Amino acid sequence: MKRRHLLASASLALGMAFGGSAFAQGLDKVKACFVYVGPIGDGGWTYQHHEGALALQAEYGDKVEIQYQESVPEGADAERVLTQMALGGCNIIFATSFGYMDPVNAIAGKFPNVKFEHATGFKRDHANVSTYNARFYEGRAVQGTIAGMMTKSNKIGYIGSFPIPEVMNGINAYYLAAKKVNPEVELSVVWAFTWFDPAKEADSAKALIDQGVDVIAAHTDSTAPLAEAAKTNGAVIGFGQASDMTAYKPSPRVSSIIDNWAPYYVKRVGALLDGSYEQADIWAGIVDGEVEIGEITDAVPAEVKAAAEKVRDDIAAGTLHAFTGPIKKQDGSEWLADGVTAPDGDLLGMDFFVEGITAEVPK
Amino acid sequence: MDFGGINPVILIAGLMATSVPILLAALGEAVVERSGVLNLGVEGMMIIGALGGFVVAVHTGSPFMGFVGGAIAGAVLSMIFAALTQVFLANQVATGLALTLFGLGVSSLGGQGYNGIKPPATTGLLPDALAQIPVAGPILFGHDAVVYFSILMTAATWYVLKFTRIGLIIRAVGESHDAAHALGYKVNRIRLMCIMFGGAMAGIGGAYVSLVRVPQWVDGITAGAGWIALAIVVFASWKPWRVLAGAYLFGGISVLQLNLQAAGSAIPVEYLSMAPYVLTIIVLVIMSSGRRKAAVGAPASLGQNFHASR
Repeated sequence: MKRRHLLASASLALGMAFGGSAFAQGLDKVKACFVYVGPIGDGGWTYQHHEGALALQAEYGDKVEIQYQESVPEGADAERVLTQMALGGCNIIFATSFGYMDPVNAIAGKFPNVKFEHATGFKRDHANVSTYNARFYEGRAVQGTIAGMMTKSNKIGYIGSFPIPEVMNGINAYYLAAKKVNPEVELSVVWAFTWFDPAKEADSAKALIDQGVDVIAAHTDSTAPLAEAAKTNGAVIGFGQASDMTAYKPSPRVSSIIDNWAPYYVKRVGALLDGSYEQADIWAGIVDGEVEIGEITDAVPAEVKAAAEKVRDDIAAGTLHAFTGPIKKQDGSEWLADGVTAPDGDLLGMDFFVEGITAEVPK
Repeated sequence: MDFGGINPVILIAGLMATSVPILLAALGEAVVERSGVLNLGVEGMMIIGALGGFVVAVHTGSPFMGFVGGAIAGAVLSMIFAALTQVFLANQVATGLALTLFGLGVSSLGGQGYNGIKPPATTGLLPDALAQIPVAGPILFGHDAVVYFSILMTAATWYVLKFTRIGLIIRAVGESHDAAHALGYKVNRIRLMCIMFGGAMAGIGGAYVSLVRVPQWVDGITAGAGWIALAIVVFASWKPWRVLAGAYLFGGISVLQLNLQAAGSAIPVEYLSMAPYVLTIIVLVIMSSGRRKAAVGAPASLGQNFHASR
């Protein structure tokens, strides 16, 4: 602990001596570092962040140096990795999982000259911490539309990772969109309590299928739920999550949500290079190109495809919001009045299911 | 015939398949530990087996060859452990842990380019007509060959350890390597063979994850199954049939908790999620607190290196 403080204050002094005025006029060369929660080879979440990192390298070439660490557990280990990166000369550190929230804010205070960017979080305790997020729930509304129209058993499923706002948004948007096109629909939720454990994700999908679910959306990082759905010979469909997951086209993967982080990474590092960098809180969606809807395959009928694309286009045009009242909470209390759309604050702190979902939220 | 929305037939059939990787790995490790060697590298051998099996199956198009490849890959990795601990007399605990880290790293490197590929499908062994029989069909006849192989191996391991000369020698080496050496047995050579067997079994278990349970390759695919296998060996007091019981219990609760969630059970999710681990701990405590302590079941020379000069 002592040593860490010593190192931290030493680097702080160095930063003051050399870097104090550098930010105002931009940097000649930026070392951008990435902390990944899973392996790059997960084919989903981390893979997409790494694609963003590679796009950054391609954009700026020699002016940017990329460093990353894979499979960093959320918690104390993350603090160690962040400290090492900050000491190792990183100018900007992208921490790409919700669970890095407290470590990022703890370390950011010790390294005021290093920029910290935290994905999907909401805490910005220091001036050098920015948060960035994508409106994944917009994509979930598109998937819910497909799910509601495609299900034959009227049972649709959702594999949740952790009951955090981002996932709660996804489950509620998915259910509401499905309910809109199919009032009979029932939603089963299985919590895997992990971001990445292919065997467990496959088991979760299997449990849902055993319960008669025939459309599965996953909010975990690997392609395992799709692989499990593929075993049913087309009886069960699912969606690519975070990445396009084209290997499972045209079925079971009938569409996907693609997280496109590249434009954001390019913009932020660009700002650091030209000196226009400022603390930010970004929440971009379909219209910004940060959430992309992967090709809807011919495994779904044309009218389903058309309906889903209309939802996508209406959301992009701003004429449709995934959460438009009247919506009640699960306990029957009023949430949104008729015609009112959900304020961002409600979505960022969402900890409840909407009316109609029977599962309970883990506390 | 449902209980709380759960069909017990599907549940039992599901747990038999889910338990295969940890069952195979734990059986192999039980033999290794019976011979007096503590190999903590099960996780590493499993994931190398998962990759090896996947690569071979993709290139040959044959799931069977895939499982052979997984066994060979696991056995080859275990030979590194054997060389270090049996020849160079390195500390077994440290070497085992290093083997896991090494296996995870090598598999991540070797798996580059195999993401997103689908392996050839492993189909049921018996004709579909048999699997259609109510109740007995899905449980007894609906599985792929590896599920039957895992049960067969449990019986074989039990028989060999308990009733054959080879089993007696393995146990003798594990209980007192000095006495076994005095009787003229090649302690390190016997242990080496056991380690290789353990590696092959872990490799097949790993291959089952990448070829059947998840059917694809992703980094870190075994996600800690090897550690569960190690716990189950102790849980089973090094007895093969108890290994089967332990693996099925763990697999069963894991499947049950997911099914309960999917069925919308009223039990809070947190309790369901921790149930497999809590149950494992409880059984371990009960088994080691009785008059016949679990520690008594441990081979006396477990974890000790042997050299003839001593």
